[in-house]
Amino acid sequence: MGKFNVITRLAGAVVLLAAAQSFAAGGAALEHANIDPGNIASLQRGARNFMNYCSGCHSAKYVRYNTIGKDLELSEEQLIENLMFNAEKTFEAIEVSMPEAAAGRWFGVAPPDLSLIGRAKGADYIYSFLKGFYVQSESPTGVDNTVLAGTSMPHVLWELQGFQRAEFAEHTEDGVTTRHFEGFEAVTDGSLDAEGFDEFVRDTVNFLVYIAEPIRSERRTLGVWVLMYLIFFWIIAVMLKKQIWKDVN
Amino acid sequence: MTEDDADRIDRNRRHFLAVAAAVTGAVGAGFVAVPFLASLKPSARAQALGAPVEVPLGSIGPGEMVRVLWRGKLVFVLRRNDAMLGSLAEGLDNLRDPNSQVVDQQPDYAANETRSLRPEWLVVEGSCTHLGCAPLEDFQPRPVEGWGGGFFCPCHGSKFDLAGRVYKGVPAPSNLKIPPHRFVRDDLILIGQDSGVA
Amino acid sequence: MARVEAEVGKRPEGMSTLEYHVTKYYAAKSFNWWYVFGVLAFVVLAIQLITGIFLTMNYKPSAEEAFASVEYIMRDVEWGWLIRYLHSTGASFFFIVVYLHMFRAMLYGSYKKPRELIWLIGMLIFFVLMAEAFAGYLLPWGQMSYWGAQVIISLFGAIPVVGEGIVEFIRGDYSISDITLNRFFALHVIALPLALVGLVFVHIVALHEVGSNNPDGIEIKKNKGPDGVPLDGVAFHPYHTSKDLVAILVFLMIFSAVVFFAPEMGGYFLEHANFEPANLRATPEHIAPVWYFTPFYAILRAVPDKLWGFILFGLSVVLPVFLPWLDRSRVKSIRYRGWIYKSALTVFVISFLTLGWLGVQPAEGVYVLMARIFTVIYFAFFLLMPYYTTIDKTKPVPERVVYHG
Repeated sequence: MGKFNVITRLAGAVVLLAAAQSFAAGGAALEHANIDPGNIASLQRGARNFMNYCSGCHSAKYVRYNTIGKDLELSEEQLIENLMFNAEKTFEAIEVSMPEAAAGRWFGVAPPDLSLIGRAKGADYIYSFLKGFYVQSESPTGVDNTVLAGTSMPHVLWELQGFQRAEFAEHTEDGVTTRHFEGFEAVTDGSLDAEGFDEFVRDTVNFLVYIAEPIRSERRTLGVWVLMYLIFFWIIAVMLKKQIWKDVN
Repeated sequence: MTEDDADRIDRNRRHFLAVAAAVTGAVGAGFVAVPFLASLKPSARAQALGAPVEVPLGSIGPGEMVRVLWRGKLVFVLRRNDAMLGSLAEGLDNLRDPNSQVVDQQPDYAANETRSLRPEWLVVEGSCTHLGCAPLEDFQPRPVEGWGGGFFCPCHGSKFDLAGRVYKGVPAPSNLKIPPHRFVRDDLILIGQDSGVA
Repeated sequence: MARVEAEVGKRPEGMSTLEYHVTKYYAAKSFNWWYVFGVLAFVVLAIQLITGIFLTMNYKPSAEEAFASVEYIMRDVEWGWLIRYLHSTGASFFFIVVYLHMFRAMLYGSYKKPRELIWLIGMLIFFVLMAEAFAGYLLPWGQMSYWGAQVIISLFGAIPVVGEGIVEFIRGDYSISDITLNRFFALHVIALPLALVGLVFVHIVALHEVGSNNPDGIEIKKNKGPDGVPLDGVAFHPYHTSKDLVAILVFLMIFSAVVFFAPEMGGYFLEHANFEPANLRATPEHIAPVWYFTPFYAILRAVPDKLWGFILFGLSVVLPVFLPWLDRSRVKSIRYRGWIYKSALTVFVISFLTLGWLGVQPAEGVYVLMARIFTVIYFAFFLLMPYYTTIDKTKPVPERVVYHG
């Protein structure tokens, strides 16, 4: 009987694991961002969104403008006119004009550099985070976030999304009360409808994922060639090996 | 087909395959070498740091010189006065390459008597063509010594005139190098870039 | 001692080094694919040395600059991304290949007499490799680098009396700092690679003295032809080299697939949290060592006591050293062993893999129970070995190797 118990608990653990990992982020389950890294138009819109709404406070200090220009198929004029608000030369990196110390005073913490946020957090996290601001009167920024509770980031995109309220269901089990996120309810409308806002955030996330590893598409293209070469070499090697081993019996 | 024939075919086939494998491997090794060697080239940051530099000319009086760095290299910007310019036409026999015929040492637009875009302004790299020391300025003419003023390299005694032209009988083989440059305005020069002019 | 001397035979008169180690080194013709992992480990070592040298040219071993210099390599240095991915992927593949190489030795009893010395040197290589990987993991100075090192170094604090002193001695500071990073860099790029290369050299020389084992566990030198060549052996070159070439290419295909299509390998080869610079004020939510240390890490966490956790952790790493003396079986190869050893080895492999998986899970609830069960199995495999290998019924070993040409 005891033995059986152990086995069922082990089997249970395997099932639990699958469930546990899909909620690894903690709070609410993340929405799928469904980005398309090969969509240049989306990346271009994302770059514009980033420069207009993010770059005021967030740097991307490992990313150079000319890299973006080349990868996003922008001419030097387009790059300078549409994206370069804080820089003069195309080879400069995306620095922020706000000094870090001042930023720390205003927000409590300095806004993090976003060069690698796409790799550190993943597309779904950022997507859900940017969509997850809700009204919370006790917070100094007036909002809180379903993905990162207590974030010091204000709802930068409120003009586009409007404000929303989050619905939570309280749940008591064994004397412990937990809150489960149920859904959002719009309080005020933004200039974009829900679909348009999703697109806006998706493009922005796409861009953030792109700058986290600008070389991504190039490495995949190169990888195909490398594998083709290795397969060719492998065929020759197999034939050679067979030929040489003919005299072993 | 005898056994010997089969044997020979096998040997030929093995030889062919061995050569094919060796060649394929060598080609692969060649391709692998490319990224490693290319990684040694100046990086994007080095290129960014090596971007053209602007030099405002307004505060440089006649006969005065400023030193600037472009790509970590020393560049002299000398505003030659009339006496200095006059000296350039003299004593050409003492110079190794008075007419700037060594092509690599200057852009086409500086291959003239004054080795400059505008006679007044000499822009020249402060790197001796012997072994790369920075020459010192010695603008005081001393006719007795046959010295019309110019640059003197403290390392091995090479001498250059006020257009950076090398004297005969010194270790340096050629004139000082003129970097690419252009006038953005009358009082602003850009060193390191000359596209769209010349 | 006499046996060691007997093992170290003299090289036959007039034989060049190349002949001795390559063209006239005879290994069994019956090698199967388990026998390619030694060569593959050598290939990975070469990859790591070459890419490492090139990374060193652009990496800055300082707390201020380390993280940025890695991104500099990834973005600003031409092809730097490829060199870095080759190195980071190589680290994980080094362990994959070495674990399989060690498992081969366990399958065919390669550690048994007369090859104990080779096994011991091999284990030393494994220890140095672990230290090398650990030191290297700190260098990117990301969140996982920092907190992973914090946890592992703190382990030594479990040692009574001198523990805290040792921890400070390793760090060279009151916390992991620029100083620690700097010395880990020195160890990673000079001291440990030197030791590694030296040990690999000795490992191969020792192997070539005794001769390679084979899937039947038969000494092929016992059956020599009139020319003195083992009847069941074929020359390393061209026979084994041509076979190894095929294996190397298959390996490179898998390796390249990871480098070019999944360099993060789902967060196991390059961990997500390591894309954030080290933050001394906040530990990442989930902290686990890189996958190749997780089996041992799971054992550490299975024990609800700091000192005993450390002791069992250390033992689990060191125990394989004693395999040549723990294994009392009369035969080497799994082919001629009885069901007891076969079952024991199977259960051991399952426990090792499960422990590895548990090492990346949160240490709570049923995971702790599982970790404890498999820790017991892991230790039982080694500690009970003298007993079960003695009673295990073995099959008769043939005179000559089994080879289906």
